[in-house]
Amino acid sequence: MKREEGKVRLPPEGTLILSSSPHIRTEDSTRKVMLLVILTLIPAVLASVWFFGLHALRVVIYCMAFCALFEYLWCVLAKTKSTLSNLSALVTGLILALNVSPLTPWWLCLAGAFIAIVVAKQVFGGLGQNPFNPAAVARVAMLVGATGPMTTWMDPAPGAVFGLADKVDAVASATPLAAAKAVAGNAAEIAYYNSWDFLWNAFLGNVGGSLGETSALAILIGGIALIALRVIHCYIPLAIFVTITVFVWIVNLASPGLTPGPLFHLLTGGVMIGAFFMATDMVTSPVTHLGGVVFGIGIGVIVCVIRIWGSFPEGMSFAILIMNALVPLIDKMCYKRPFGWHPSSINILQPRRGEIK
Amino acid sequence: MISSIHPKRFTGGIHPQNEGKELSANEPLRVPPLLEKYTLPIHQNIGAPPKLIVKKGDEVRKGQCIAEADGFISVPLHAPTSGKIGDAVEIPGANGAAVPAIEILSDGADEWGVCLEPYPDWKNTDRDKLKKRIQEAGIVGMGGAAFPTHAKLSPPPEKIVDTLIVNAAECEPYLTADDRLLRDSAEKVLTGAAIAAKILKISRILVGIENNKPEAIEALSAVSEKFSAEIVPLHVRYPQGGEKQLIYALTGRKVVAGGLPMDVGCVVQNVGTLAAICEAVTEGHPLIERLVTVTGTPLVRPGNFVLRLGTPVGKALEFAGGIKGPVGKLILGGPMMGFAQSSLEVAVSKNTSGILLLAPEEVRQFEAGPCLSCGRCVDACPMRLLVSTLSKVCENERYDLAEENYVMSCLECGICTYVCPAGRPNVQHFRRAKAEINARRRKK
Repeated sequence: MKREEGKVRLPPEGTLILSSSPHIRTEDSTRKVMLLVILTLIPAVLASVWFFGLHALRVVIYCMAFCALFEYLWCVLAKTKSTLSNLSALVTGLILALNVSPLTPWWLCLAGAFIAIVVAKQVFGGLGQNPFNPAAVARVAMLVGATGPMTTWMDPAPGAVFGLADKVDAVASATPLAAAKAVAGNAAEIAYYNSWDFLWNAFLGNVGGSLGETSALAILIGGIALIALRVIHCYIPLAIFVTITVFVWIVNLASPGLTPGPLFHLLTGGVMIGAFFMATDMVTSPVTHLGGVVFGIGIGVIVCVIRIWGSFPEGMSFAILIMNALVPLIDKMCYKRPFGWHPSSINILQPRRGEIK
Repeated sequence: MISSIHPKRFTGGIHPQNEGKELSANEPLRVPPLLEKYTLPIHQNIGAPPKLIVKKGDEVRKGQCIAEADGFISVPLHAPTSGKIGDAVEIPGANGAAVPAIEILSDGADEWGVCLEPYPDWKNTDRDKLKKRIQEAGIVGMGGAAFPTHAKLSPPPEKIVDTLIVNAAECEPYLTADDRLLRDSAEKVLTGAAIAAKILKISRILVGIENNKPEAIEALSAVSEKFSAEIVPLHVRYPQGGEKQLIYALTGRKVVAGGLPMDVGCVVQNVGTLAAICEAVTEGHPLIERLVTVTGTPLVRPGNFVLRLGTPVGKALEFAGGIKGPVGKLILGGPMMGFAQSSLEVAVSKNTSGILLLAPEEVRQFEAGPCLSCGRCVDACPMRLLVSTLSKVCENERYDLAEENYVMSCLECGICTYVCPAGRPNVQHFRRAKAEINARRRKK
């Protein structure tokens, strides 16, 4: 059969690839998913550079470079194949950068990268095995361990990097969240944070804060692109937003003046970046849609509780970490049974535990 | 007529990026010349293998029975052409293991032997006679399972069957044999369906067909009035042709896990099988040839061919003009559920729906990475399994946990492996788990 008859060519038998079905695959890959996340974060990076100048760019480069460095070093020391090419370390670095102040010193970026890559990810077994979002772990650790540098903010200076504004460096001002918390209960002062003027600035990002917390608009663009590209589902961010809106609205009704309105809470702090880019981290979020909704509601409630009654002005990272711990439980509870499952099929499909060993 | 049924949408499923149907769908059906030698695998059905009743040197006629059914779940085998019986040999089977086969050396005359008696008046023929005829003609499910059709048409008396479903979905990418068959001989298929419906004593015939085959739908609706069959165009979604998915789409009934279609009053038959039934009953011809899609980008002239059973795959590729470029994989069946082959000697058998060549760049091979828990497999699983968890459980060989997580419900449709961005071999893990669990059950 192998001989060629006439001009008809047949595939040579020795070269045929053997493997089990399916024989075709999507063109998606881990690398492509990570690349899309990085691309959709570019608006946020650009916005941070616009508002904070080269300080922001410096922090982004530090965090991404240090994360890549630790990923590389780990692979060398653990004698495993380099995992740099799947780009997950760069995603972690970028998200970490967007979570810190533009004035973060380089050594703190280094420490944060170490915590994110080594402590929060690699010791659990690397990509896909970490129970907690690496960037959130690093941010919380940095906040608790180096509270001073982590809460030194600068005032935004739109266009400073292009010489459009006077250079304003290192002004230790409070973030809107901290400022609003300081005046909690004072209805007159709180009213300022509900004004359209303030909310518009918060939406654009013309307020103090960490790189990615400031411009809700930039994050929104990236987040919607991420959903449109089908990298993430909309369930988690929507659940978070709806929960925060409803929760804050009820609190405002019950106790006017305790805290600014829902829009303030949605547009300031880490809610936007947390909801679109951190809570939706595939590894540490539920796989079921219903689970995503439960997960998002949990995050929304915890954020509001910490912001309104807790001792920190911001609670997004804490909320994400707490809900991360519950993900396996949520997935188990929210999983609908297989197609065609019926109590009568228990006997066929589900033996009692321990029956088969 | 086009049915007014609004088909239900099953959860999960995918729309493959490249359907590849255009390669072969519009090519006219081709009947290749007679070969000098056919190598007929003996065991082509699920159930007991038939028993050979000829020996080397015997003269046989086309359509003559050369192996008899051994029991109820078994069907006979017939000579694909007239000639002499050659050696009993072993050839590679579709799944790679060697299978016994018998050579038929063609005499070139291609003469029909003593045929089965045709029943042109099948409407007034006894049901058991028709059922017996279907077994005599060696008919099995030609969609892929190769389960003896007469057995499928014999539901136990306590099961009430009210619907015959004609599976014309053909959801596998690249394959167009069913499409071609419907375009050319829709009447034959529906006659077969009417015969099957008569055997089952039912009158409701539903034809489920994906709406990417407008010509086939037109051909069907032109003749469906006569058979009071309802044509239901379905969404293009793999695995629309899976039995459970098709029944759900057409009737809204869910086959209970571990159950059979007849539990919900349905019998599903593939269009190829029904055409074979029609030929066996109205003309008395046993199943000796079938429509096969021979396709793939490396082929010179892909298309649909009427191939005799026992045609070696290499010959089929020759009929399609041979190759014009490098080949990565040779697949028997479709790209989602077919079997990769290493040998060109594998023979066309009753359940071979396609012979597919994939170019090396279409065969994406890469190392499996860690699971990202992105949930795409969970979204896409037509059986709604918690694939990401299950896959890790199976990878760790915790088959007890796998069974608790319903691994036995897996269809093995391959979607979870198709969609995985990390390239994890999910369905491969499940196949292994299912085999292990079945082996343990048998041991007990």
